[in-house]
Amino acid sequence: MSEETLTRQQIRRKRKFGEPLLPEEEDGTEQEHRHIIAVTLENTIGALNRVTNLFSARGFNLESVAVGETDEPSVARLTLVTVGNDRIVAQITRQLDNLVNTYDVTDLTDAEHVERELCLLKVQYSSETRPEILDIKDIFRGRVVNVTPETMVLEVTGPNKKINAFIGMMEAHGIEEVARSGQVAMHRNLEYEPPNPLASTDAAPSANGAASDA
Amino acid sequence: MPTDSLQSPSRSSTSQNGAVNAPTLKGSEIFVRALEEEGVDRVFGHPGGAVIKIYDAMERIQPSYDHVLVRHEQGGTHAAEGYAKATGRVGTVLVTSGPGATNTVTGIADAYLDSVPIVVFTGQVPTHLIGNDSFQETDTTGVTRSITKHNFLVRDVNELASTVKQAYHIARTGRPGPVVVDLPKDVQMDEAPFVYPEEPGLDGYTVPGAAAPKQVDRAAKMIEDADKPLLYVGGGTINADAPEALTALARKANIPVTTTLHGLGAFPETDDLALGWLGMHGFYHTNMAVQNADLIMAVGARFDDRVTGDVDEWAPNAKILHVDIDPSCISKNVYADCALIGDAQDVLRQLLPKVEPKDTDDWLAQIDAWRADCPPYEYETPDDADQIAPESVVEALYDKTQGEAVMVSDVGQHQMWVCQYYKFGKTRSHVSSGGLGTMGFGLPAAMGAAFGMREGRDLDVVCVSGDGGFVMNAQELSVAAAHGLPLKIAVLNNNYLGMVRQWQSLFHEDRFSHTDLKPTNPDFVTLAEAHHCVGLRATSPDEVGDVIDQAWDVDDRPVVMEFQVPKEEMVFPMVPAGAASDDMLTEMFDKEAIAKEG
Repeated sequence: MSEETLTRQQIRRKRKFGEPLLPEEEDGTEQEHRHIIAVTLENTIGALNRVTNLFSARGFNLESVAVGETDEPSVARLTLVTVGNDRIVAQITRQLDNLVNTYDVTDLTDAEHVERELCLLKVQYSSETRPEILDIKDIFRGRVVNVTPETMVLEVTGPNKKINAFIGMMEAHGIEEVARSGQVAMHRNLEYEPPNPLASTDAAPSANGAASDA
Repeated sequence: MPTDSLQSPSRSSTSQNGAVNAPTLKGSEIFVRALEEEGVDRVFGHPGGAVIKIYDAMERIQPSYDHVLVRHEQGGTHAAEGYAKATGRVGTVLVTSGPGATNTVTGIADAYLDSVPIVVFTGQVPTHLIGNDSFQETDTTGVTRSITKHNFLVRDVNELASTVKQAYHIARTGRPGPVVVDLPKDVQMDEAPFVYPEEPGLDGYTVPGAAAPKQVDRAAKMIEDADKPLLYVGGGTINADAPEALTALARKANIPVTTTLHGLGAFPETDDLALGWLGMHGFYHTNMAVQNADLIMAVGARFDDRVTGDVDEWAPNAKILHVDIDPSCISKNVYADCALIGDAQDVLRQLLPKVEPKDTDDWLAQIDAWRADCPPYEYETPDDADQIAPESVVEALYDKTQGEAVMVSDVGQHQMWVCQYYKFGKTRSHVSSGGLGTMGFGLPAAMGAAFGMREGRDLDVVCVSGDGGFVMNAQELSVAAAHGLPLKIAVLNNNYLGMVRQWQSLFHEDRFSHTDLKPTNPDFVTLAEAHHCVGLRATSPDEVGDVIDQAWDVDDRPVVMEFQVPKEEMVFPMVPAGAASDDMLTEMFDKEAIAKEG
């Protein structure tokens, strides 16, 4: 958001031409955000490998990957979570789009979307701690999926932050094991037109142009 | 064409895409026929165990294309690159599994960075042995994944023909690039009906055509508003066959043109608007023009670090207008104020009627003033009478060819001199390894280009190489000789790895660590003769013309001309790596100035 996060070249260029340093579309361009990107791709091992390989080859961060078949068996849907500024993420989506195996790449971060992750957590319990653990489980709308005399396995679904909070609450009780599925996400509307990844390049001056016309 | 025995009418069946009576062929035969259908006219290859079935099928079918037996798979891939760059067609390579495949890796990486369309077919162990660490097994698709535009492992003979179709389609269209197709041996032996598909049928793959009209209007407005516009032209212009449209645009709006290494040839350098090339070893006036321009229109160029130096200091006053077919190139290295995504030729033709003639006389006068301030580096004739100024050899080659040749260079100092002193005027007349900087590229690429000349264009092919790079793929000389290619090969021999020596001299206080090649250099004349070529040597400036004349008298085999050049000669001007483009070393004495500044 601040001036320091733009490159010197960008700041100089914008000043020179009297452009606002932060046009609406570029708001927070250089701030690091968590981005959720949905990718539909050919349902083959090679296609998945190509996507993950792209992240290591280009030096992008990859926080989580969740993949599965869709209603069409030849098409898989991949949900990626990555961290980076908008410029890097725009670069990531274009690189993903360039892959021959990918059909559609959508950055859902700024869209109205639902996101879910499933977490299985094995925790130790005793007769004293048992009621509290079950209380917490209820607050997070979880379920008990397995019980042994010393441990139980809890299942919780929800957005990333909820899972983090749940794991945080359970830490005091001695977590044995955690398995998380990675985020899956979907936009809420029937149709979603993602913003053009080049919007920051294109929209700003044309918006200015529209203003001067009026 | 296959003989009757290759077809079994009784087993003809309905093929995948519904055609009836398709002949049932073995995978190896399908492969050979598919290449014919694709219109391939030349394959550079080397046989081995995993492609022996294909070579056998070629022997039986006697296909319409020619096969060139190279002596090393790396030479084969570079030859395919040279062929592709000189002709604009897709180059084809056929090698075996394991070492055959890994030997092509350097050439594939080179083609990837320079956007050269080649298809490399590699043999593979039978599918049931994949993953068993079998003899000559490598995970070829895994190894090449990050250096190919796309790659395929064909697991089913029914997919073979369509995969070949897709491979050529992907390599050729959009931003061109290398495609690898891995062919397991059992797939070559299995049988399937052969139908070559009309369409590649790639759902996830789209190729940009024309740019969005709104963007074109914006771009035209930016050009109209600019006082100091500059066209920065890269290899994408040549890939899109756009030099004519580019020249028309530049002349209509009086915009000066600077070219990258791969853009050389896109704009005639004899034109008044031509500034020559830019970047690390670009001219002073060109880099000054970049630093002072108020609009830089990049066409099929990717803002490589050898062009920009310090990105933050590059073109500080300029708005950037970027024409490129690859969306991921936009704002990758340098922020683009306006992006025109599409085929360079289509976009320039869209733009042309919207751009009005401009008056840029003040700007051109300013550039001329810079040129007068610091003219292109004037080399000196060496004091030593048996040494030749390397730049003068390039000039002599220009005098001989008058630009009517395909100039192929290897990598190093001589490559920079070719770009600086040879006046390129024809599209696809310059072939070099830019992005990867592969020593050993020159000779095989020149061989590939010379084969390409047999299929259409009729130009001399000249290879300029250094003593270091030439030796790296010298084995291909005998291949060029066997095919009677009239290659002219100039080896500028300074008995050093010259470019590394230059950096050692400028930035490492003259510590010439392991760059002296004198003890290990062969006798280049004898080397040429041993490979059935003509070997010539010039050891003084007045022999240069004679040697070149003699070389051009030979028309049935390659000629290697060795020129003894001084090891102290350096390439100037030079923007040190990571420095700003106007922070240039323009002459030798600057070195002492740097030393004083510490």
